[in-house]
Amino acid sequence: MTTAVLNSVLLLASLGLIAAVVLYAVSKKFYVYENPLIAEVEDLLPGANCAGCGLPGCKAFAEKLVNTEDIADLFCPVGGNEVMKLVSEKLGKVVAEKEPTIAVLRCQGSCDVRPKTSEFQGPKSCAISAMIYGGETDCQYGCLGYGDCVEVCKFDAMYVDKVSGMPVIISEKCTSCGACVSACPKGIIEMRPKNKRDLKIYVGCLNEDKGGIAKKACALACIGCSKCEEICPKGAVTMHNNLAYIDPVFCTLCRKCVDICPTHSIVETNFPPKKEKVAEKTEAKLTLEKSKIDA
Amino acid sequence: MLKTFPKGGIHLDDNKLSAGQEIKRLPVPKVVYVPISQHIGIPAEIIVAVKDKVEIGQIIAKSGGYISSNIHSPVAGTVTKLDKIIDSSGYKQQCIVIRTDEKNIANFEEITYPLKKEIDLNPQEIIQRISDSGIVGLGGATFPSHVKLHLKEDEKIEYLLINGIECEPYLTSDHRLMLEKAEEILVGIDIILFALHINKAIIGIENNKKDAIELFKQLAVNKENIQVTALEVKYPQGGEKQLIKALLNREVPKNGLPKNVGAVVHNVGTVFAIYEAVQHNKPLIERVVTVTGKKLEHPSNFWVKIGTPISDLINEAGGIEEGVGKIINGGPMMGKALKNTEVPVTKGTSGILMISAEETSRKEVNNCLRCGECIEACPMGLEPFLLMNYAEKGLFESAVKEAVLTCVECGSCSYVCPSNRPLLEYIRYGKINAIKLEKAKK
Repeated sequence: MTTAVLNSVLLLASLGLIAAVVLYAVSKKFYVYENPLIAEVEDLLPGANCAGCGLPGCKAFAEKLVNTEDIADLFCPVGGNEVMKLVSEKLGKVVAEKEPTIAVLRCQGSCDVRPKTSEFQGPKSCAISAMIYGGETDCQYGCLGYGDCVEVCKFDAMYVDKVSGMPVIISEKCTSCGACVSACPKGIIEMRPKNKRDLKIYVGCLNEDKGGIAKKACALACIGCSKCEEICPKGAVTMHNNLAYIDPVFCTLCRKCVDICPTHSIVETNFPPKKEKVAEKTEAKLTLEKSKIDA
Repeated sequence: MLKTFPKGGIHLDDNKLSAGQEIKRLPVPKVVYVPISQHIGIPAEIIVAVKDKVEIGQIIAKSGGYISSNIHSPVAGTVTKLDKIIDSSGYKQQCIVIRTDEKNIANFEEITYPLKKEIDLNPQEIIQRISDSGIVGLGGATFPSHVKLHLKEDEKIEYLLINGIECEPYLTSDHRLMLEKAEEILVGIDIILFALHINKAIIGIENNKKDAIELFKQLAVNKENIQVTALEVKYPQGGEKQLIKALLNREVPKNGLPKNVGAVVHNVGTVFAIYEAVQHNKPLIERVVTVTGKKLEHPSNFWVKIGTPISDLINEAGGIEEGVGKIINGGPMMGKALKNTEVPVTKGTSGILMISAEETSRKEVNNCLRCGECIEACPMGLEPFLLMNYAEKGLFESAVKEAVLTCVECGSCSYVCPSNRPLLEYIRYGKINAIKLEKAKK
């Protein structure tokens, strides 16, 4: 009885010992050296593995950061300047500094302003629908509403609003990783600079059709009337193919274009409600703020 | 035992409602909308301006490259606009809008050319004429025809195959053309044989068109170089690769062309267009279009000018029937639903089909049962369920490895799927992205 117990204990112990020796030998023989810096840098990164930097995950990005001499063109949009600063301190390399950005939806064609003229019965996916035709409405440039962008968002920063049928971006959660930008087959989502109070002015339309046709397809369409271009004191508005574009670099958020737009296709967000005098004040303040940021 | 291709394929209800209807000439439309991209390849370049007067058959858009095609004015009239309108692709495309000159009798003259058998041109001139006349494959793929006839020195062709299959249900345009223009088609075959320096042609016709088979057998009885073969009715026999397999028992290699197995395939419609272009110098400005539907008053076949809005055709055939769910450009299997009825007829429009809402509406999509029906139906020997999964997950490289690019988009897999899965849509999506991937690699 005792010998049986002793035998099995000894056998297992010796087996374990042999295995340990073999494993040790193998691990020494096939040891792969990895720069410990890589793990340390990876710890600094957000760990979202969103691929917003253009590489497949934070580990790959950390490797690239450590192994590349000049990392000025590498940037983690999720971590932003803070994280990049830490990386810079860690590695002693110069990193780029970028203005924080946020995704905006350049289409306002909700169900009530953009009537449906056909019905798409195929798979509920923007990519498939865009492959087959211009969409259920008469505007072939606008949002299809099946939410391919929502699907790819890893930060829960988007959802499709059931009433309007349009995706909504939650500013607080958006990390500007850019996944939605590449998922949208229509190129509706644009990354625009995000200032402290998240004030934005942009053209909420991408319709390049002539005015009448665009207006017929969607009540909030840009008709290419050029009024915004004329009124803009800073020359931030450019017209191309019957469509206005506001360049965020030059825009001072004066809101003159918002007021003059006959179809309300220019969107302003997070501005306080407008009163004559207050408005002027905020304008002045905003300009000040903007110049500070620029400086 | 009739010949056919061995792998996959499905048997469909014929529904050739308009098979007995002679081809009628549609009245000349008041305005034509001529898209500049009616073929596979580079869009043509517009060479007319607004207010220009154009004659019938005048070039209005010039071929934009080697794989491209000229576009000619189908009517005599005035260019009123260069506009973007929705065409059969579902997107707005550049079009040349021409208003027909009501006073110009050339528009309303019905020219019937006498049968001309002697070929005056040499092979080089023939290919040049085909290229100049803007002839593209009229079976539906609209591949510029002159490219197929242009051979490099090391390429050897043995057979010319003539596609008279028309395997899509409902469509009868090729069938009617074969019955009414048989002799012209035979001369057209002679022209192509002459241009290719070969002397073997096989006409493949499916066995549901017995009258056409009889007619061609009769006419070709003294012609040693032309053979007529009846084939079993099976979809998609009209596919180039399937037809070659059925007639010659040769397999076109993966990513290869019919040239690689010594064959060139042309549709009967294309052959007729080549006849008219070479013998009578008539560019491709009209084609036969079937207008059909189960509840339609007069399912018909029409000679239609390119650029005619399809609403004209529908009105001529009895108007939009009640309960129509979709109006389809092409056949029920490979055709595409149209967004509106102002879409113009292009070189690739073989039919306009109206299908009731009940027949066309999609049923609930369920999970894949792994039953393998799609694999059995696929004429290319692919695994459609797998390709769909890859495309859905964005794994395009794996899809390329599983030969997604050889898919002919016949839709047999979607047709047989008991779970109603949208296989074809996703495979097509996978294909588009796989092509992008391959291009990026180069």
